Amino acid sequence: MNDFPWLTLLIVVPLVGAVVTAFLPRARGSALPKQVGLAFSGLTLVLAAVMATSYATDGGMQLEEQHSWISAAGVHYALGLDGLGLLMVLLTVVLVPIVLVASWADADQGSPHAFVGWVLALEAMSLAVFTATDVFLFYVVFEATLIPAYFLIGGFGRPGRSRAAVKFLIYQLVGGLVMLASVIGLYAVSSDAGTPSYLLSDLKSLDIGTQTERWLFLGFFVAFAIKAPMFPVHTWLADTTEKATTGTSVLLVCVLDKIGTFGMLRYCLGLFPGASQWATPVVVVLALVSIVYGAFVAIGQDDVLRLIGLTSLSHFGFIVLGIFVFSTQGGSGAVLYMVNHGMGTALLFLIAGFMIRRSGTTLISEMRGIEKVTPVLAGVFLVAGLAGAGLPGLAPFVSEMLVLISAFNHAWWAGAVAVTAIVLAAIYMLWMYQRTMTGPTPTPVAVEGAPDLGRREMGVVAPLLLGLVLFGFFPMPLLNVINPYVESTLAEVGVTDEPSVVPVSDPVPAGSVEGGQE
Amino acid sequence: MNLTDMSLSVFAADAGHVPVLDPTPASGAFTLLWLIIALPLAGAAILLLGGRATDRWGHLLGTATVLGSFVVSLTLFISLLGRGAEDREISQHLYTWFQAGTLDVGMDLLYDPLSALFLLLITGVGSLIHIYSIGYMAHDERRRRFFAYLNLFVAAMLMLVLAENYVGVFLGWEGVGLASYLLIGFWQYRPSAAAAAKKAFVMNRVGDMGLSLAIALMFVTFGTTSFVAISAVSGEASQNTLTALGLLLLLAACGKSAQVPLQAWLLDAMEGPTPVSALIHAATMVTAGVYLVTRSNFIYELAPDAQTAVVVVAVVTLLWGAILGCAKDDIKKALAGSTMSQIGYMMLAAGLGAAGYALAIFHLLMHGFFKADMFLGAGSVMHAMDDDVNMRHYGALRRAVPVTFITFAMGYLAIIGIPPFSGFWSKDKIIETALADNWVVGLFALLGAGITAFYMTRLMLMTFFGEKRWAEGVHPHESPKVMTVPLMVLAALSLLGGVMLIGDWIVDFLAPVVGEPPHEELAVPPIVVSLIALAVVAVGVTIAWMIFGRRPIPREAPQEVSFVTRAARADLYGDAINDGLVVVPGHAVATGLTTMDDVVVDGAVEGGSLAVAGLGQTLRKVQNGYVRSYALSLLGGALLVVAALLAVNLA
Amino acid sequence: MTEHIVLSAILFTIGCVGVLTRRNALVVFMCVELMLNACNLALVTFAKQHGNLDGQVAAFFVMVVAAAEVVIGLAIIMTIFRTRRSASVDDASLLKY
Repeated sequence: MNDFPWLTLLIVVPLVGAVVTAFLPRARGSALPKQVGLAFSGLTLVLAAVMATSYATDGGMQLEEQHSWISAAGVHYALGLDGLGLLMVLLTVVLVPIVLVASWADADQGSPHAFVGWVLALEAMSLAVFTATDVFLFYVVFEATLIPAYFLIGGFGRPGRSRAAVKFLIYQLVGGLVMLASVIGLYAVSSDAGTPSYLLSDLKSLDIGTQTERWLFLGFFVAFAIKAPMFPVHTWLADTTEKATTGTSVLLVCVLDKIGTFGMLRYCLGLFPGASQWATPVVVVLALVSIVYGAFVAIGQDDVLRLIGLTSLSHFGFIVLGIFVFSTQGGSGAVLYMVNHGMGTALLFLIAGFMIRRSGTTLISEMRGIEKVTPVLAGVFLVAGLAGAGLPGLAPFVSEMLVLISAFNHAWWAGAVAVTAIVLAAIYMLWMYQRTMTGPTPTPVAVEGAPDLGRREMGVVAPLLLGLVLFGFFPMPLLNVINPYVESTLAEVGVTDEPSVVPVSDPVPAGSVEGGQE
Repeated sequence: MNLTDMSLSVFAADAGHVPVLDPTPASGAFTLLWLIIALPLAGAAILLLGGRATDRWGHLLGTATVLGSFVVSLTLFISLLGRGAEDREISQHLYTWFQAGTLDVGMDLLYDPLSALFLLLITGVGSLIHIYSIGYMAHDERRRRFFAYLNLFVAAMLMLVLAENYVGVFLGWEGVGLASYLLIGFWQYRPSAAAAAKKAFVMNRVGDMGLSLAIALMFVTFGTTSFVAISAVSGEASQNTLTALGLLLLLAACGKSAQVPLQAWLLDAMEGPTPVSALIHAATMVTAGVYLVTRSNFIYELAPDAQTAVVVVAVVTLLWGAILGCAKDDIKKALAGSTMSQIGYMMLAAGLGAAGYALAIFHLLMHGFFKADMFLGAGSVMHAMDDDVNMRHYGALRRAVPVTFITFAMGYLAIIGIPPFSGFWSKDKIIETALADNWVVGLFALLGAGITAFYMTRLMLMTFFGEKRWAEGVHPHESPKVMTVPLMVLAALSLLGGVMLIGDWIVDFLAPVVGEPPHEELAVPPIVVSLIALAVVAVGVTIAWMIFGRRPIPREAPQEVSFVTRAARADLYGDAINDGLVVVPGHAVATGLTTMDDVVVDGAVEGGSLAVAGLGQTLRKVQNGYVRSYALSLLGGALLVVAALLAVNLA
Repeated sequence: MTEHIVLSAILFTIGCVGVLTRRNALVVFMCVELMLNACNLALVTFAKQHGNLDGQVAAFFVMVVAAAEVVIGLAIIMTIFRTRRSASVDDASLLKY
């Protein structure tokens, strides 16, 4: 599978799916567009899985494709896949079919053709973002993701969604604009140095002056901070998740937002290592503020979907913190957190969506005692909540612990501030559970017949639950992909881990000291 | 009190020798170590995932898995006894849990005398309580789920005591917290139960911050979180680091073991079904803090300041819990106060260093027996009294529930420390050691013993003696065999548990893990201390009899009571303090930040867009539709251009 | 030469003031023409001064444009007058904010 353009195929399949779905015959109440869309997203999933099997864990950038696009500006159509990209691609292709199945009913409130088409288009654009190895191409698809996202938010969901969609769009466009300035700046720097090129590999070897590097870094960082989101540019998040369908929220928060932290790793650290280190103190403080602030604001919410959205502010704080403390544990923890957050928050959003369909309200104060009617739903909701609160045994714990350890290693106060999140997270999750699920008289449930999770809903949550438990106990398959990537990234930045204060006499890692047993 | 007394710190520093863990890889029967955890874990998984299909036999499976674990634990324990003292540490590497850079955390198990005793306690008492629950929960439609949660708890608790590194401990630590949360809130439809469950979990999490940070600090200092590796090099870390580690671990222990200042959740936790209170909130989970301190002896031995902190916390809790126990009319809450106090004794022993670790574990085991016995007995009484928990509605039950009465009485004699019951041996030793170390601490421990005798006698008198004060329509009856047999076994253990101290067996047995106790000389012979302690106990019993035995007890709690009683009824204002210092300000911060997020942070954004919109509104007025005004602005523009050109040309 | 330029400036100013102050569309229109012709006069004068034909050519362009403008402009004014019964430019102020 050497020269075959696998990555292009991966992007084209959902794109074709989007076009096909959009032009399907419009019969009222037909499930055809959803079925076709599911088939295309399934095909993408299979393709990605096949690709993943051929991926060599320590092989750097793989499956590369490169064609000249705009030669005058040195723009290429260049794709490639590294450890970070692979995990993000897998996360995307796994979540999209799940979202399609979960949104089976939500899609019908507008045109299902449009919903499925936009979802597939968003998948294609996200895949392009995660595989682009040319800065200009990245910029183009980065902005292109906004088109399907805008229509998904504005077209489907709760009243007031158009306003939320506009707010989302303007926020993101402002970020994109700032980034565009830096992208143009990169052209200037690169053409000054000889032939202009936007290829990541060429730009990495470029020698940028300190001041210029800082300005360019800022442009990229601001865009990614808005995307991620970080305090204080996060206010689009809760408004959007409140109004959009939960399926859209999953795509936004679990896939699209990852572009922010993905970009920080690949572009901020990759292109501007010096400036990234220069910005560390401020970024670390912002990340810490995000963690604590997001948790506190989540506690104060009365809308389930706003609450879940704001927990992500806290979680993205952890990811950014892990990235900017520049250590192996922090980097690996951050990337692992990106995957785990994708699974955990997706489950939380979807299950909350199922709950809201039953209770007919998004307000916590109007729900109570639902557990009595729907014990399975309540159980899944609790697991998802506890995953978000970083309970050991569920996937997010490992990443949270790694980030905590690295933050403490960076500065003890950073660790001490970040650790408060484990208490605050327990409060917002369990308080929400207490108010919605427990109590004597349940809220009337809107779904007649079988009030608890149906077969289709179980099918949606099962893979996510499985992933959370599996990677809670066996995260090594993921870490085996992440660790080489993080190590090479940190080597490019030029930092090495500090040794422990007291060197352990035995250089063999603790786990194998008593080895022996299989 | 003069707790920074030199004798305490100097003594701890003198302890010097910290045993290094040096396990051998598991072989033979010991390769089954993982099975002990896997059995109840599988039970929980089957019962939770199997759904209603497992309703009919769920409770039997749940009990069988724990019994299976007990059998394996017992087999391994016997094999362990067959080995030489220096050969009693066995490790099992299951797989690498996670690894990044130099941080390598394995799913590793460590089986040594300390964990061996814990395994027997957890699976043994656990089995009895499972059997008891078959009867106790017989009429609950969600009995299967109850057993699933119990199994989950046992699995997590076993993970806690078998883990070979602090991250593994943390897995079990939070796992038992989760199980405790699920079980306290088992009757979710009761708002008080749901609130108590959340409170317990959140307060535990405050302690967990300590454990998380301790893990981080250990990695930064030692580059590992493994007991084996750290015990070998802990001496090389700086004093400040070790003290910080000790204090962080103490914070964790305070959360889990309901020690002051994180004690407030334990009494509320009595909202859970009684077997849960017996297993989790008396015999096992709440003693995890003592386990943690004992297990971390290689840190505490080198951090005398942290040890002092442990002792202070322990003494305060010991008295705090005892005072609560005196004022509660709810039988379970009175017992919970007593649990808190007894854990204070264990922490005190653990804080005394090498002299006390083995005694802490000894008292922990004995407490596991007699307190489980009494909690289950209380459950049996509640069963008889239609789930009424108010002791003022009891009275004269000794005839109605004879088996429960006799077994409860044996637990009672054990806890107040009457020879030859187990509690006498364990508590007496702790008081003795505390006196030898620091007489102030020792006197407080002695005082605690007196108060214990007082409130336990009060509990006995109010429940089993005196007049009938039953509610109408209550017809007490003895519980079925499935509930009374576990009571008898536990009562027997409460009576006979003391044999473990014969020839200092337990001290020698634990020595490879916690070190040899130093020989200390007491000014008076130990028998004198025992007699004094007995005298104090007798005083406590007598006072209780004077107040509650000779006079009739009103059915309603008298409201005209002293300030002390009122304070004790209000949990010594523990909740009020938490509310005032943390909950209310925290809530205010959350509300304030939420408002700020809307008004200031989002307000800036929304305000910006409003300003732009406003500017547009203003500027569009210029577009007034009159040709002449357009022409005028055109003229003005042209003049400006001309002026600019002229300015440039002339300049 | 100067006289021609001054005359041109005066004519332009009269046209300018007329456009700004008069309401009748036809008068405004005539004033615009006056300004155009003032420009033409200036162009021709400068062409004469420089001794080449550039300015005169430009003047022809202006005339052509002015003629085209008259055709379209008068048509618009006529249409507006027919519908509104008024040739006041202030009345045709619907195209505003």
